[in-house]
Amino acid sequence: MSAGRVIPAGFFPATFMVTDMNKTRTSGRTIGGLRTLSLQAPAVSLLFLWMIVPLAMTVWFSLQRYNLLMPGMTGFAGLENYEYLFTDPALWSAMGTTLLMVGWVLVITVVGGTLLAVLFQQDFMGRGIARVLAISPFFVMPTVSALVWKNMMMHPANGVLSWVAESLGLPAVDWFSSLPLTSVIIIVAWQWLPFALLILLTAMQSLDEDQVEAARMDGAGPIAIFFFITLPHLKRAISVVIMIEMIFLLTIFAEIFVTTSGGPGLATTNLAYLIYIRALLDFDVGMASAGGVVAIILANIVAIFLVRMVAKNLES
Amino acid sequence: MATLELKQITKSFDDTHVIKGVDLEVNDREFVVFVGPSGCGKSTLMRMIAGLESATSGDILIDGARMNEVGPADRGLAMVFQSYALYPHMTVEDNMGFSMRLAGVSKDKRREKVLEAAKILQLEPLLDRKPKALSGGQRQRVAIGRAIVRNPSIFLFDEPLSNLDAALRVQMRIELARLHEELDATMIYVTHDQIEAMTMADKIVVLQSGEVEQVGSPMELYHHPRNRFVAGFIGSPKMNFIDVELVSSDAEGVTIKLPGGETRQVPIDGAAHASGGALELGVRPEHLVLDEQGPMEGRIQVLERLGGQTSLYVQMGDNLLTIMADGDVAYRVNDSVRFGFSSDRAHLFDADGLSLAKLHRHPLAGLRRQDNRAPSDTVDQ
Amino acid sequence: MTTAKNQTVARAPAAPTTRSPLTSALLNRRLWLGVLGWTLALVIFFPIFWMIVTGFKTEAEAIADPSLIFSPTLENYAEVQSRAGYAKFALNSVVVAFGSTLLALLIAIPAAYSMAFLPTKRTKGTLLWMLSTKMLPPVGVLVPIYLLFRDTGLLDTRTGLVIVYTLMNLPIVVWMLYTFFKDMPKDILEAGRMDGAGTLQEVIYLLLPLTLPGIASTGLLAVILSWNEAFWSLNLTSSQAAPLTAYIASFSSPEGLFWAKLSAASTMAIAPILIFGWLTQKQMVRGLTFGAVK
Repeated sequence: MSAGRVIPAGFFPATFMVTDMNKTRTSGRTIGGLRTLSLQAPAVSLLFLWMIVPLAMTVWFSLQRYNLLMPGMTGFAGLENYEYLFTDPALWSAMGTTLLMVGWVLVITVVGGTLLAVLFQQDFMGRGIARVLAISPFFVMPTVSALVWKNMMMHPANGVLSWVAESLGLPAVDWFSSLPLTSVIIIVAWQWLPFALLILLTAMQSLDEDQVEAARMDGAGPIAIFFFITLPHLKRAISVVIMIEMIFLLTIFAEIFVTTSGGPGLATTNLAYLIYIRALLDFDVGMASAGGVVAIILANIVAIFLVRMVAKNLES
Repeated sequence: MATLELKQITKSFDDTHVIKGVDLEVNDREFVVFVGPSGCGKSTLMRMIAGLESATSGDILIDGARMNEVGPADRGLAMVFQSYALYPHMTVEDNMGFSMRLAGVSKDKRREKVLEAAKILQLEPLLDRKPKALSGGQRQRVAIGRAIVRNPSIFLFDEPLSNLDAALRVQMRIELARLHEELDATMIYVTHDQIEAMTMADKIVVLQSGEVEQVGSPMELYHHPRNRFVAGFIGSPKMNFIDVELVSSDAEGVTIKLPGGETRQVPIDGAAHASGGALELGVRPEHLVLDEQGPMEGRIQVLERLGGQTSLYVQMGDNLLTIMADGDVAYRVNDSVRFGFSSDRAHLFDADGLSLAKLHRHPLAGLRRQDNRAPSDTVDQ
Repeated sequence: MTTAKNQTVARAPAAPTTRSPLTSALLNRRLWLGVLGWTLALVIFFPIFWMIVTGFKTEAEAIADPSLIFSPTLENYAEVQSRAGYAKFALNSVVVAFGSTLLALLIAIPAAYSMAFLPTKRTKGTLLWMLSTKMLPPVGVLVPIYLLFRDTGLLDTRTGLVIVYTLMNLPIVVWMLYTFFKDMPKDILEAGRMDGAGTLQEVIYLLLPLTLPGIASTGLLAVILSWNEAFWSLNLTSSQAAPLTAYIASFSSPEGLFWAKLSAASTMAIAPILIFGWLTQKQMVRGLTFGAVK
């Protein structure tokens, strides 16, 4: 059974669909007068437009000389925008910032999430409520969590953290000026830790209790059980968490927008924020689009792995 | 009146041919069982009759009318699913009345018909319950009730007993047989369990990889299997197969040389194999006889005492043979035993696995299930 | 999912039947686990808790040293409510979140139905392709969408946001519905067909009632995602159509800081979603992981 092209998520996944749809149109089955195709048509065509139109425009703009502040200067630019982009130190700084953010948040959420999932799988009093409290931050809108952390937790004078530091006789930290990137990473990790926890906890519940008991009969202690039974069982869920988080974390925006506005300097400007600055603050459409293309390519590298994994799951 | 006829039915999914040309006639009021190993196409065949699956080619005729293009609800059939497929959000009464509700039958009329069916199946006290609150056997009866309400000309059962435990299965088997008499309807039943087939069928259809291996009454299949597959599939424990050599054949039967060198004559027509050569002897475990003077010898590997009977698993050369012996035999594991077989009950298969015809037909081979009843037909209690 | 949980729950009390040293060791272990679990849960939840508490303080108390001793006041809530702005932003959030969810469900239900029950060779490819559209980072297409919206007058309109959120959530909604529909025994629909149900009746009498919990949690997830979305809302709206995410962001200017009011407004903004999230956390995992984790 060849399912057409198995992995339609190339750099421009949409283009694969076009050929595919035309080829097999005749095979739409008829039940009750409704063709399979007509049931899917609205969803498929809307998504197709939503994907292909802006994508094509981004690519097109990235090859144009197009700045809203300079209406006269238009025309084909070739790879000029890319040239500027790649020679702009801001891009490399933003790439570095993006990598640091993604990397640290991933480490914190995956390690923390796994340990928390193991903990919250144990039987203790009020476990259900404790679980609910621990996953709550995921449901808080990003602007709220950013502001709560900025004003009430990390504020140098009145924040809870500085009060705690003071009570312990430690110097208060001015989080957003002295440790801007760390601060943003803490906020984002706080939001995504519950996501990892939620997914891993669910995956944990499908762990066969008999397997754990068999291991215990074989003389495995809690640590051995964690490394030889639990962790292998969670492997798949962990990789799903990593990939999904990566896709979202590559383009963190609201948290930066609300707390540091990318600063001080470029300290917390990631790729998404840089594109925002170029597009909506500098009005340089061509340059911003080139950045957009880079972001799309980065996300697709991750997406290919994720889609491949989900595809494997669909088969079983 | 309801007859069913299949003419050269085939079914293919993409490049796999699931059903490869099936011809079949089902008479009015007959209880027909499709039996075969999993993946043989028996369920697909039934689903095509039901209209849930379309035939790739061939004709499906009900009472002589072609039904291929008729929707499942309009073929005059009702089906009982393996999983029962009860509507979990409806009460028993609504489950049974759903088809009439769709057809726009009035509420009173619906209730009347549901009650009627519920009475046959002793479901009256359960009518207000949801399927969740029923036991497996009760769910099964509701599923049958839902079929009865539709007053179908043909009932289809897709492995209906496979989700029940052993004791309940026996009970439901009896109940289904009773129902068949009471409703006087044509029934088609799919199972992988040859015991269900043997006990309930008027006619068994043995299927393997999408083809009909043999059609016949249970006793016909038991005594005159057409080939090695049917011989092995029908009967429990399975038939033993022993490699033998043909020595000679005449009007009295075939003389074969057994492993160990002794010869025996069996009443089978060997005319087509006069030249001699390798054959396979098939003997059912119940027809192998322990006998000090027997022509064959083997060593007991395992001994299963069931009380009334003892199963001996005997190693002879490369073959592990099963012998059903008396419950009180004094043998032990590792004992060496000699045994023979009743030559009337022996089967011979050629290199292609086809049976050689027997010289005498078994007296019960034409028996139909109804013939088990006393002629007066008043034995119902 | 539920059965696995029930099993562990059912199994747990069976263990400590005899009063032996082992039992007390077990109890001890449970106690420490409880202390650890609760401590971590409270630490993680603390910022939310603190926000809720601050919402009941006066502005002066809010910026004073952290303390749980104060006389709670509803002043902030009253004031936030009375500001004409808040109601407008909240209404925008409700309209946009629920509107886009309804629209997404309407488009997705037929698609998921046909994928789950009338699959063709192409179905798998289509599903994966839908998923892959979700991988397109919004920032990559910010410029064209912004310009398209500017040119079509959709900038700063609820309609514009509804369109974006519908499309943003459509793949997840189709996926979730698909997995829920897929879980529904095919036999039941076939029994319905044998009973004479047409496609429409099949959907109305059997499919929808039986998958309602799944459809509801799918809808709730879509509401949550739209409600909390902060990239498009910040970039495509300003004064007219801005939802709560954008409204809250306006508190970020370092001057006009009113922590207590910010807290009250934030609490109101996240409360419904927090509750939705708690209610549907289990089923949501399917949607968030595209069925890869169940």
